[in-house]
Amino acid sequence: MAQGNSDIKYLTPIAVDTKKKKYCRFKKSRIKFIDYKDADFLLKFVNEQGKILPRRITGTSTKYQKKVAQAVKRARHLALMPYVADLLK
Amino acid sequence: MKFRAKNLSRRLVINEIISIFALPFLGINNQSFNKINIMNQYETVFILTPVLSDEQMKEAVKKYEGYLKKNGAEIVHRENWGMRKLAYPIQKKSTGFYQLFEYKNDGSIITDLELQFKRDERILRFLTVKLDKHAVAYNEKRRIRLAAVKTEKVEEA
Repeated sequence: MAQGNSDIKYLTPIAVDTKKKKYCRFKKSRIKFIDYKDADFLLKFVNEQGKILPRRITGTSTKYQKKVAQAVKRARHLALMPYVADLLK
Repeated sequence: MKFRAKNLSRRLVINEIISIFALPFLGINNQSFNKINIMNQYETVFILTPVLSDEQMKEAVKKYEGYLKKNGAEIVHRENWGMRKLAYPIQKKSTGFYQLFEYKNDGSIITDLELQFKRDERILRFLTVKLDKHAVAYNEKRRIRLAAVKTEKVEEA
């Protein structure tokens, strides 16, 4: 029985381990400075509640994650972004 | 306060030492060294209450601009974002006038400027940031972009 199962052949290889590799968008497009005044851009790095997304989700490198966090916090202080929200997106 | 004064005096002493020993070898003029050494670029954004009339707002902005100029800050850029909605209420106000100043200074006026902001009832929030070289480059680009947008609008009209 088991042998019979292993005989199945696929015409196209099944996608199992073809995860897209994440990359740091700042490194890729050579952005050196993250502006806290640009709230629309920073919106990409927070979730619906306005929490900063972790690196493991956005793929940002450590160096720039720090800067993103700093910028988001500055934007929050100036009321350009909310500290707490729901349905931000 | 004491701590700051100590730090400042230490910085001055170090500067003095450098200017006496190192500069003659490098052939740099003492005065220009002092100037180059301590000039930083800063950016301050503050939010004024929406209660003010247009004139009162302009007057408040003028006051701080005058203060900066009087104390030897070289204003690089100023920007008025106008009335904006706040992301969350501050002092029960849901809107505010945003004003931005970008200036060069040795940093000595910042504490005093922020003290004045704190004492001023018209100001809801303020933020002063020291700009590094990347930030300065970015801001220059941003200014060009904003200017381009402005001229486009004028042309449309």
